[in-house]
Amino acid sequence: MSELVIKNLHVSIEDKEILKGVDLTVKQGDIHAIMGPNGTGKSTLAYTLMGHPSYTVTSGEIWFKGKNLLELAADERSRLGLFLAFQYPVSIPGVTVANFLRSAVNSRRRVANHEDKGMPILEFRKMLKEKMELLKMDPAFAGRYLNDGFSGGEKKRAEILQMATLKPEIAILDETDSGLDIDALRIVSEGVNALSGPDMGVLVITHYQRLLNYIKPQFVHIMLGGRIVESGGPDLALQLEERGYDWVREKYEEPATA
Amino acid sequence: MEEKPRVVVSRSRRSETPGKNFTFTAEMVPNSGSLAGYRQKAWQTFKRLSLPSMTEEAWRRTDLREIPAESVHLPTEGAFQKLAPIPSELLKPLTAHEHGGQVILLPGGARPTLSPELIRKGVIFTDLFTAEQENPELVARMVGQTVNPEEGKFAALAACLSQNGILLYIPKGVTVEQPLNSLLWGPGANLAFLSHILVWVDEGASVTYVHEAASPDENGPALHAGIVEIIVSDNASLRFVELQSWGRHVWNFSHERVRVGRNGNLDWIFGAIGSRLTKNFSELDLAGEGATGRMSGFYFTDGNQHLDHDTQQNHLAPHTTSDLLFKGALKGHSRSVWQGMIYVAVGATKTDGYQANRNLVLSPNARADSIPGLEILADDVRCTHGATVGKLEQEPLFYLKSRGIPDKEAERLLVEGFFDPIMQRIPFEGVRARFQQAIHEKTATQ
Repeated sequence: MSELVIKNLHVSIEDKEILKGVDLTVKQGDIHAIMGPNGTGKSTLAYTLMGHPSYTVTSGEIWFKGKNLLELAADERSRLGLFLAFQYPVSIPGVTVANFLRSAVNSRRRVANHEDKGMPILEFRKMLKEKMELLKMDPAFAGRYLNDGFSGGEKKRAEILQMATLKPEIAILDETDSGLDIDALRIVSEGVNALSGPDMGVLVITHYQRLLNYIKPQFVHIMLGGRIVESGGPDLALQLEERGYDWVREKYEEPATA
Repeated sequence: MEEKPRVVVSRSRRSETPGKNFTFTAEMVPNSGSLAGYRQKAWQTFKRLSLPSMTEEAWRRTDLREIPAESVHLPTEGAFQKLAPIPSELLKPLTAHEHGGQVILLPGGARPTLSPELIRKGVIFTDLFTAEQENPELVARMVGQTVNPEEGKFAALAACLSQNGILLYIPKGVTVEQPLNSLLWGPGANLAFLSHILVWVDEGASVTYVHEAASPDENGPALHAGIVEIIVSDNASLRFVELQSWGRHVWNFSHERVRVGRNGNLDWIFGAIGSRLTKNFSELDLAGEGATGRMSGFYFTDGNQHLDHDTQQNHLAPHTTSDLLFKGALKGHSRSVWQGMIYVAVGATKTDGYQANRNLVLSPNARADSIPGLEILADDVRCTHGATVGKLEQEPLFYLKSRGIPDKEAERLLVEGFFDPIMQRIPFEGVRARFQQAIHEKTATQ
């Protein structure tokens, strides 16, 4: 079984330390949620796990399926079975959704087998059509330029479409609920729920509790000041919903020195 | 604190006129045939003009000091028989249809073919020597119509000594459905390929014409100098696709001008991936009221390639429309120059001119210069332009990589995406496929 293990992770961006010792283990099949106020390092954790070059790991370890992720580039991490649904997916004019996904699928096949000629076009189209139906997407979507002129909801749906196509073992959803109206939120969540299960573990990063009404985590963590300060079950999320983050701040933030 | 740029002077910017000389002699200029007079006059011009130097505005960014003038010679008759043969993919139709005609131009030879149906319709499509014999009056009438040998040393050279040429004539009112194709195949080192293309699409006629110049890489230098003269008469329509895939040893120069008559239409597509150095002058003269012209360019340089495209959109009559989009990508130590000008003559009111040049610099050692220009002498016109030089952005690259797409492949996708607006303008699968192949090959190398 795949397992993502994060040990005492310290991460800086431009010499400013953002993550100050994060420990977390996510197993394939489990759903974890990381909650926390803005600016506590949640997205930094997501980007660092995926290998964004702007984030420097100053100490700590990340292991996935027994491999040291810190030695792998982003594309290698992806092919190993890690996925990040971006909070702000970038637009790529000139590259269609279908062309992009086909490249992603074929890159996997080619690395596994150098002789591979890529997925036959008809098989690919059929597969893509099925995934798009699952997410209630218009088939014309496949011919549009990736994220170019997409609405907020379309971008998030496109992220989940990619997840459905690439079938990761661990998926990180970074603020996937931001910018979604309630209908889009339901469709996206249903998509995630259809994919999660024994084959896929999920790490949901969110500011608000509302996403967790749709995607039910077994484990909830609270992040503050670059650390995970509380861990618990689903109750913890409800507690945050009722009481906000102030009690967490009072409990863990060092009082300002006079 | 800002770091001071390191200044290294490796060579002086300005140069004197190259002192080298071509070895061509007056005896080489054909003294019979319908072009004899034209050629003799051009020879005088060639002798009189010196090689362009970087002190001239049009040549300010293109250095000819290394030009192999002394080492290139005219191919002898039948020379192609001992040189590399044409790769079969170059002979395949570049469009969905079979060719209506194809002319192969070779060092010291030519092979014209044209479908009997088009011959019956009065279409003429053949090599220049054959044309001089079979259609001497037409050739004499068309030559010098849009390009003057006085325009420069290379124009004069192509005019007086051209061995490879094309005559294409579409009679009044004839619509040619099947595209016509010509290929100038220039294998061999130390050779000079001199070409002269003449096209006349007569009133109300229409045609698609694809011309390709290509050669394998060779160990010694070679030179191509060419003239392209095209007339699109009133209400006529021409789609002209030019592909330049010379080997990396070729010094390539061309002077091209299309004149479009009243309500005529030109769709001009350039693709340039080859040569050691290219200096190309492409001009569009919108001479008749209501004439329209679109110029779409694609270039991708790498290694030490240097491509310099000089474009001019001349609005000489009212209600004329031009639209230019040139897009280029650069790798290695290569360099591109695009210099464009929209000119609107006195009285050419209600014209609409547009030019844009976009460059994607993929290597820190590559450089793109983009110089748009407008000269407007009429009132009530609309002229706009845009020029950009940019690098591959990191965020899209990371996004693609996060989906398992390796570096090279991600770069290729982004480059393809960059060129997509140009690809959309090319209605031929075969031409698009050729460009895609070039993108593949160029992005795969370091």
